[in-house]
Amino acid sequence: MSQVETVQPPAETETPLAWEPRIIAFLCYWCSYTGADNAGTSRLKYPANVDIIRVMCSGRVDPDLIMIAFAQGADGVMVCGCHIGDCHYIAGNHKTMTRMPLLSRVLQDFGIEPERFVHEWVSAAEGDKFARLVRQVTEQVRQVGPLDWPGRMYRRGVGHGEDLQPWGDQA
Amino acid sequence: MTTNGATSDRQPGKLRLGMYWASSCGGCDISLLEIGEHLLELIEVADIVLWPCVADFKYRTVADYPDGYIDVCLFNGGIRSSEQEQIARLVRRKSRTLVAYGACAMDGGIPALANLKSTREIFDAVYHSNPSLQNPGHVEPQTHWATPQGDLELPRLYPQVLRLADVVEVDYQIPGCPPVGTQVWKVLQAVVAGEVPARNAAVRVGCDNRSVCDECHREKRKVRIKEFKRPHLAIPEPNWCLLEQGFVCLGASTRSGCGALCPKAELTCRGCYGSAGLATDQGTAMLSAIGSVMDAVTEERANELVGQIADPTGTFYRFSLASSTLKAHR
Repeated sequence: MSQVETVQPPAETETPLAWEPRIIAFLCYWCSYTGADNAGTSRLKYPANVDIIRVMCSGRVDPDLIMIAFAQGADGVMVCGCHIGDCHYIAGNHKTMTRMPLLSRVLQDFGIEPERFVHEWVSAAEGDKFARLVRQVTEQVRQVGPLDWPGRMYRRGVGHGEDLQPWGDQA
Repeated sequence: MTTNGATSDRQPGKLRLGMYWASSCGGCDISLLEIGEHLLELIEVADIVLWPCVADFKYRTVADYPDGYIDVCLFNGGIRSSEQEQIARLVRRKSRTLVAYGACAMDGGIPALANLKSTREIFDAVYHSNPSLQNPGHVEPQTHWATPQGDLELPRLYPQVLRLADVVEVDYQIPGCPPVGTQVWKVLQAVVAGEVPARNAAVRVGCDNRSVCDECHREKRKVRIKEFKRPHLAIPEPNWCLLEQGFVCLGASTRSGCGALCPKAELTCRGCYGSAGLATDQGTAMLSAIGSVMDAVTEERANELVGQIADPTGTFYRFSLASSTLKAHR
């Protein structure tokens, strides 16, 4: 991403009609990932739009990871951790609790709707809550439509080696 | 010192030094004068062959230089228009060593804050909606204009501010808004002595690798932030960490090298030296840091504290929006 010059047009994989929301979910190892497991073992159905990334603690999710997810083409991002007071590392999720609302404000300044970024607490026993949450987030991201950040930045048309020469050839 | 860009009277063995400004305020040009009496030493060994701020070099003059003619070119300012991109490419061709000089060339700087607005919104503010304007004809700058004498072309405004490294290869980056005089002299000394580090766009010179907090004299009392304060509404207690007092100080996420000038003057660090350490996105680094020192154990309290931070995006990315992961408003 460092050199706009080298930016390639995003690969066209699917037709616009086939668009499905792509959601990245960061789940903490101790509660939320186990909660997602619980949803699976309970045979609860939820949309396949979510790509789960297991992390040791929701407090470990650097806001930059969420930015990178959006910058690389995610339509939505979820961060789930233990309920406040249940953190395996005592206060890891306290960091999540303060960072995520602040990040949500920053993302809105960049034009990313609040519907696209959700942080929620899911305990190891809350498989049904996780399934419900994924359904809800997928639906609300579907409502706001594709984000397509790489495509948007590319279509800005800046720096693809375009060399306007208002003063004539200076080679 | 040549003042007209003529090449014939160059003394043999002298370095050829250039400085160019793009989307910048001119402070970087002034900062070169901050090296003070060393300026005389510099002129002993170097000729100025390009410096629009102080001498009238025509673009044609620069275009007529052979490729690689300029030994070191300090380029300040980001790339906001097609003219600036074109000159950046020209200067790159003519320079052996191209240095992104200052926060704007390196990270977009203050002008890159406009990346949060579209070109349309910028034009509306600058030419139409501003209360101090009188523009009954709704005139806006045009890139093409036909006259009987011929067509005129003006540079095009880009939809976002780019860094110098986004359009050409950059050898070194000197951070700062503006770079501190002592650091600039250190760099120039190295250049003069031929001790320039191996060419690498990621190399930042004239700075340290740590954060401003490492250089700051203020004492940490290991307390959490109870309330965020704005600098014009409260007076900070001297010698106590500004962040702990509730002032949004960017020292934790900002590269050191300035000598913590702002905290010394009872001001919060504004973040002009760019991201510290291995971080590439200064804003999220600060967001992460500030999130871990808030005094909140309930969600209500966390939301209340977060709500007290005025303009988090503009504050955390004050000088580095063009280097951020997302780069610009969608």
